[in-house]
Amino acid sequence: MTDPAYNFAYLDEQTKRMIRRAILKGIAVPGYQVPFASREMPMPYGWGTGGVQVTAACLVPEDRLKVIDQGADDTTNAVSIRKFFSRTAGVATTEATTDATLIQTRHRIPETPLHAGQILVYQVPIPEPLRFLEPRETETRKMHELEEYGLMHVKLYEDIARHGQIAISYAYPVKVEGRYVMDPSPIPKFDNPKLTNSPAIQLFGAGREQRIYALPPYTQVVSLDFDDHPFTASKAPHDCDLCGSPDSYLDEVITDDQGSRMYVCSDTDFCASRRSAGHKGRLWAPAPEEAL
Amino acid sequence: MYVAVKGGERAIDNAHAWLAEERRGDPGVTEMSIDQIREQLKLAVNRVMAEGSLYDPDLAALAIKQSLGDLIEAVFLIRAYRTTLPRFGASNPVDTAAMAIDRRISATFKDLPGGQVLGPTFDYTHRLLDFKLAAEGLPPAAATAPATPGPVPHVTDFLNRDGLIETAPTDDTPPPDLTREPLELPASRALRLQAITRGDEGFILSLAYSTQRGYGRTHAFVGELRIGRVAVEMDIPELGFAVEIGEVELTECETVNQFKGSRTEPPQFTRGYGLVFGQSERKAIAMSLVDRALRWQELGEDYIGAPAQDEEFVLSHCDNIQATGFLEHIKLPHYVDFQAELQMVRHLRAEATALAEAAE
Amino acid sequence: MAAPQRWLATDTAPLLSVQGLTRHYGARIGCADVGFDLYPGEVMGIVGESGSGKSTLLSCLAGHLQPDAGRITYDGRDILSLREGERRYLARTEWAYVHQNPRDGLRMCVSAGGNVGERLMAVGARHYGDIRAKATDWLGRVEIAADRIDDRPSAFSGGMQQRLQIARNLVTGPRLVFMDEPTGGLDVSVQARLLDLLRGLVRDLGLSVIIVTHDLAVVRLLADRLMVMKSGYVVEHGLTDQVLDDPQNAYTQLLVSSVLQV
Repeated sequence: MTDPAYNFAYLDEQTKRMIRRAILKGIAVPGYQVPFASREMPMPYGWGTGGVQVTAACLVPEDRLKVIDQGADDTTNAVSIRKFFSRTAGVATTEATTDATLIQTRHRIPETPLHAGQILVYQVPIPEPLRFLEPRETETRKMHELEEYGLMHVKLYEDIARHGQIAISYAYPVKVEGRYVMDPSPIPKFDNPKLTNSPAIQLFGAGREQRIYALPPYTQVVSLDFDDHPFTASKAPHDCDLCGSPDSYLDEVITDDQGSRMYVCSDTDFCASRRSAGHKGRLWAPAPEEAL
Repeated sequence: MYVAVKGGERAIDNAHAWLAEERRGDPGVTEMSIDQIREQLKLAVNRVMAEGSLYDPDLAALAIKQSLGDLIEAVFLIRAYRTTLPRFGASNPVDTAAMAIDRRISATFKDLPGGQVLGPTFDYTHRLLDFKLAAEGLPPAAATAPATPGPVPHVTDFLNRDGLIETAPTDDTPPPDLTREPLELPASRALRLQAITRGDEGFILSLAYSTQRGYGRTHAFVGELRIGRVAVEMDIPELGFAVEIGEVELTECETVNQFKGSRTEPPQFTRGYGLVFGQSERKAIAMSLVDRALRWQELGEDYIGAPAQDEEFVLSHCDNIQATGFLEHIKLPHYVDFQAELQMVRHLRAEATALAEAAE
Repeated sequence: MAAPQRWLATDTAPLLSVQGLTRHYGARIGCADVGFDLYPGEVMGIVGESGSGKSTLLSCLAGHLQPDAGRITYDGRDILSLREGERRYLARTEWAYVHQNPRDGLRMCVSAGGNVGERLMAVGARHYGDIRAKATDWLGRVEIAADRIDDRPSAFSGGMQQRLQIARNLVTGPRLVFMDEPTGGLDVSVQARLLDLLRGLVRDLGLSVIIVTHDLAVVRLLADRLMVMKSGYVVEHGLTDQVLDDPQNAYTQLLVSSVLQV
């Protein structure tokens, strides 16, 4: 038994073609979940196999790939996926959002605005926005087909009746081009405004659930709300303690036993760029020598 | 100042190195060989082949070694490997009537052509730990006798002849391939059987058990359980005939279930079917009970809301690779979404407190 | 409120037209060869004992059961040839179905306001305040106190649940309402109150209704016309008062005479 040589980006050409067909269908009908024959990948379902398959189908040797998880390039799973593509595709990798041609992401949209020619690939656990209101796939499929979204709005209504506002904080449902209700993956609702009218192509891959969906460039994406309870893209009411940014999404870090906290940009590339450009936050200090 | 945690890559490499040490265990103890696993942990190998959907005992044994004996992890390795294999085509349906039988029993008749052949079964062992096994040595040779020749017809054929059991309508449509097409519901029986045979043994076992306890009871009798080897043949277009490409060991179970009549037909027994790679009795029997439970609609029975009757529930959750992947993924960082929830809860609590204070 | 004109003129096309509707259960007849026309604004009662086939008939009409034979035409459209999606759309907009057990027609885990607001939101209502105001208004119309708007139906009495179900169904102004024993399971005083409410709503909104019941008092109060069913067949039909005061069929006579005349 010998180690087989892998095709470029691991997947065989037939499979990539099948995935690209699904992607094209998704782009042709923005927000519609296209079933696809998800392959068993060398990483577990739940670790981003959908995103990996979409990326593998899109990659060309000239690409520069960025992989982030929770906004950071150095979280273990981002490292693992980036390594996977280094090994199987040999593409150049980068941490700089502006330099990347393809970005695979889990749970965040980069702070730096994307430009035309970039592809953003999202990892999606549960593609179906109605899933927790209606567990049956046979039902939710019909609801999308018939634009039967009353149940979704009932949920929002109930939130307001109970809490005084819509209580969804991430994976906030959106309406795409006035037709399909879509789950934008578990990005914080703070990121939702970045979905609409983006110059980049946005692709969503759910491996275990076997669905791909897409937003072509300059697609209208509206977060669901009520006229008198409009959507707000909220975040922690702080500035980044390292770079001082007032409008980036922040990680909360517990720094000592007394429960002291600090807030830092979740987007590590964004924060580092700001700091090298001279911006300083409340707790900024000159960077120490790289520890071993 | 705070420096973001780095070194994820090094951490991963060190973790893998430690895992390799754990896999080897005490270096003073003899290392396990693939052959040993294949020969002496045969039923584990069978399970990995069945759930991995790949018939190759050597590969299954390797996967078991690599996974430190975690069978679901081993199945994962096999599945991932399987994806990379080129496909040459499909075999012809195997003929289980021509099986070279090691074990064959029927609960529905005391005796029948072909006989009741116990085979290498645990069934009548007393479950007492055998400490003699802790020492190594050759077991006493089992007595042998020449095999009785002659065909071993399926029990259901006899029932069929008298019209006592439903006949499955012949359907030559090639069944869909779950590993090549997304699962779409409602599913055909062929697709359901495919999903169940590679589904988690524990899950299928529990579902089958639940039907016996009233959650969709089907009154199952084991009409026939047979284990043995069948020839696998493939049509070679260039040759114009089929060629035997090998043998596989299979377990086949046919249950005889609750009879039913319809507007146009008098009562007949109904069927459940199970087929699994290797000697995998528990799985094959469980599979046939779940198969029968899922057929309630085509047989005009009532849907009582039993889990084993719910096709979508069974098929969406029987794949243990999907299940463990999604379950275990909650170990991955989720601090961004958590942060969003945290902010939401803080905000709502602040508002609730403000409201309460204003009311006073 | 003045009763609006209900025009039963024969030059108006029937809203619902049924011919030869038949449904079996194995060898047993569910309903056989049922035919009738229902005009806009009419209330048709279907009465009979249990086993008469009236519930089967209603299920076939509402699209819950597939008939074995027959034809159903609604507003000129052949209902039995509709795709499932078209039928569901109809059920959400122009039709309504009031279940005998309100739990079957309500979302028990959603507040009263959410239950009433759902059909509004399903057809595009997007102003929370307006939805809530309309829900409050409808709760009032079915005599549920406004401060119950955020309570779940599981906290309501059977009568209240039934009234909530009615509000939920009528809020978007359907044209045709199916009712399956709407007063079944409620005690007598609650029934009376509900019937009064229904009568008012039907009149005010000019609804067309098909109501199935074993209770002749219900049809006396609500129905313009009546069909009497026995063993799956329609044995008598006509104007309610005529059928009840002067029954021609022996079975109808039996039915009528066995009811305490109030």
